[in-house]
Amino acid sequence: MHMADALMSPAVGGTMWAATAGLTAYSAKKLRKDLDEHKVPLMGVLGAFIFAAQMINFTIPATGSSGHLAGGMILAILLGPSAAFITMASVLTIQALFFADGGLLALGCNIINMGFFPCFIAYPLVYQKIVGARPTRGRILLGALAASILALQLGALGVVLETFFSGVAALPFATFLLLMLPIHLAIGIVEGLVTAAVVSFVWQAHPEILALAPAAPAARGHSHKPLWLGLALFAVVTGGILSWFASSHPDGLEWSVKGVTGQEELAAPREGVHGALARIQDKLSFLPDYDFKKPAAEKQAEKPESWPEISTGKSLAGILGAALTLLLTGVIGLGLRRYCSPGKG
Amino acid sequence: MSHHLVEVKDLEYAYPDGTKVLRGVSFRLTHGEAVAIVGANGAGKSTLLLQLNGCLWPQAGTVRIGDFPLNKGTLSYVRRTVGMVFQDPDDQLFMPRVYDDVAFGPLNLGLPPEEVEDRVMQALATVGAAHLKDRPPYRLSGGEKRAVAIAAVLSMSPAILVMDEPTSYLDPKTRRQLIELLKTFKHTRIIATHDLDMVLDLCSRTIVLKEGQVVADGPTLAILQNDELLHSSSLEKPLCLQGCPVCQGRKAPAD
Amino acid sequence: MATIESSLLNIGYLETLSYQQTPLHRLDPRAKLLTTLVFIIAVVSFGKYEITGLIPFMIYPVALIAVGNLPPGYLARKILLAAPFAFFIGIFNPLLDRAVLVQLGPVGLSGGWVSFASIMIRFTLTVSAALILIASTGLNAVCLALERLGAPTGFVVQLLFLYRYIFVLTDEALRLMRARSLRSFQGRGLGFKVFTYLIGQLLLRTLARAQRIHLAMRSRGFDGTIRLLRPLEFHLQDAVFFLGWSSLFLLLRWYNLPHQLGHLLTGLAP
Ligand SMILES: Nc1ncnc2c1ncn2[C@@H]1O[C@H](COP(=O)(O)OP(=O)(O)OP(=O)(O)O)[C@@H](O)[C@H]1O
Ligand SMILES: [Mg+2]
Repeated sequence: MHMADALMSPAVGGTMWAATAGLTAYSAKKLRKDLDEHKVPLMGVLGAFIFAAQMINFTIPATGSSGHLAGGMILAILLGPSAAFITMASVLTIQALFFADGGLLALGCNIINMGFFPCFIAYPLVYQKIVGARPTRGRILLGALAASILALQLGALGVVLETFFSGVAALPFATFLLLMLPIHLAIGIVEGLVTAAVVSFVWQAHPEILALAPAAPAARGHSHKPLWLGLALFAVVTGGILSWFASSHPDGLEWSVKGVTGQEELAAPREGVHGALARIQDKLSFLPDYDFKKPAAEKQAEKPESWPEISTGKSLAGILGAALTLLLTGVIGLGLRRYCSPGKG
Repeated sequence: MSHHLVEVKDLEYAYPDGTKVLRGVSFRLTHGEAVAIVGANGAGKSTLLLQLNGCLWPQAGTVRIGDFPLNKGTLSYVRRTVGMVFQDPDDQLFMPRVYDDVAFGPLNLGLPPEEVEDRVMQALATVGAAHLKDRPPYRLSGGEKRAVAIAAVLSMSPAILVMDEPTSYLDPKTRRQLIELLKTFKHTRIIATHDLDMVLDLCSRTIVLKEGQVVADGPTLAILQNDELLHSSSLEKPLCLQGCPVCQGRKAPAD
Repeated sequence: MATIESSLLNIGYLETLSYQQTPLHRLDPRAKLLTTLVFIIAVVSFGKYEITGLIPFMIYPVALIAVGNLPPGYLARKILLAAPFAFFIGIFNPLLDRAVLVQLGPVGLSGGWVSFASIMIRFTLTVSAALILIASTGLNAVCLALERLGAPTGFVVQLLFLYRYIFVLTDEALRLMRARSLRSFQGRGLGFKVFTYLIGQLLLRTLARAQRIHLAMRSRGFDGTIRLLRPLEFHLQDAVFFLGWSSLFLLLRWYNLPHQLGHLLTGLAP
């Protein structure tokens, strides 16, 4: 599930970007150090494979709907954590740019949700522990299933947390979580089954391929360093967002916490709106009464005071103004196109 | 110019899964020769070519390029000397633009940017693909891809050109252009192919491979007229040597 | 992503758009990338009930679409295709947040509807900015810009590789699917088992291809690093583009243009 720019606040987006940048730099450095030059083409081509595999779908029995492969876990199994993380990051970047899945600001969130969790958490902590050095069909199935479910649950939790801390959507934390987790349980099971089936297929056709990938992180003991580093980073980032939010937007947190307690009485929304209005007022106080205003305000009779109370006149002015702006924008656009296209030839 | 020399002795190779592919292959090529390697599907042609620049290492036997035996120490010299054009251009053209791809080799040689630029443009001009330089490889036709793949190898100024099925997937005209281009090269050329008409046109010498062994090595014309040999190696006489049944039929209706 | 077959065609189409030669296309990719980021941050930094303040930001996509000769209908369709998630999450706002926020004569508009509208406007703005970036620049140039701006080379190279082979592998997947559908009757053969064989087959081919590419790279002296040789020059017009748009965004961020216009109009009326 791709997080969208429209639901994000810059603070959350920026923090997740920073976390992603750190993890990407770390993974790139790790890859350079490992000197696995054969992975250079392998990663890119497997990334393209994820796209291609998504074109092939299957019908889910008895539902008539269709499913396909999402990819993070299979990449981790074939490439190991660092390489899989970078590959997943590039897959998500292409999706953000070309399919508008997510968006550029939300890219950081999406890479954490769909790259970090499967590659650095679910794969080493679950899949590798279950499958171990000597895979069997059963172990692959169990490992892929458990790891995919965990990865998708964590990813869903990530989406909920990021949405919650951004404070744009009104969906209360608990409700949203209750909505997301079961859906992603189902998706995780399908993903796990597909991953297990494909991995088993490859393992039977070419056992040496699977022997390659886990061999890289199999330098045991050592291999947990990136994991703990990642977890620590994640904790710091989450803590950072939390404290930032708690200090600078107490009303946002309060508002969401109210949502969690699930009040439906009339009093609650009023409280909520009160908070929101206070924030709007707060923000509108940036709207200066001086300076900018002068040229436009010449003919204005009433004083444009800030906007805490509901005023028909104000809203009308806002809507009229918006319509006019849109009209202007359209005219400018048409004019530009007129002006640019013949010259271009 | 002894660095145009290629010598292969008692080469044996098996893939990691145990498939034994080469069983004692030997031959020696001299400067400027154009040599065809022919044989059935799975005879081991591609595998043999991959040994020539150290993409694969033989389990037994030696490869000599120029004055040096192929080993870890001479690997970079050998890769500069032996230019390899792969069967599927999509495997070879992996960079975002044609220009970048042709520049990939020279840049890895550590050449200065101006020299790289010169080499790229010259290689592209040689194959008649200078106008394609800013295109991404996935937007080229099959023939254009092949031309660029050859340019990508030429830009490293190899002395020896090794090509795997250069005419597959080409339309007749593009194929003809490619053959004419290859004729102009002064390099030692080693070409694995099923296109026996091209072999007749281009290569003075032919090596026939069967189940990982050389079963014939000699002048192309003699080999391609040996029906028995061709038949036992799953090959077929090229059309132009079969004689035209239509005109023949007119001249000698009894036959 | 049931329509991924057509959306992949769209990848090709977006790239075709990026080959045009307009003043917008000729700009340095770094200028466009950075401007896009400033734009997106400015848009999402508005409060959740903001609508009028967002409207003037439309000028950016509109102007770029006009100057860059990009097809608005096609971009609109792409935006719509991506809309469900934001819509699905946003639509809860009107249900949960019912207190009247704006009174238009007899009609009261709840805060939920206002914030929902705001989400959809943000969505349109941010997504169109990203699509315009790619349609006016092309992925290869965006990657170059990323590298110059300090993204790890390892990541940028993967992005380029991935993009390069999307075209080859989707072709292969299409062939596999065509082979399956030609021999499947009454929905038989579309199930899970055949699916995993297809994916497994595709994966094996992909792995073999990766191996061949690696051989081809090594044949040409690959030693683990990819060197990108392409000069980028940041000209005056690039600086003007970036600084001009960025200051406009800042201005629009703090100065609510529609309000002023509206006041001007209502002030004119008796
Ligand atoms: N990577 C590999 N692993 C295992 N076996 C392989 C591999 N590549 C090729 N083989 C096997 O080695 C044998 C020789 O293959 P090769 O590709 O050299 O044949 P070829 O003469 O080039 O055939 P074609 O005319 O079809 O290209 C075949 O039996 C093939 O199955
Ligand atoms: Mg072959």
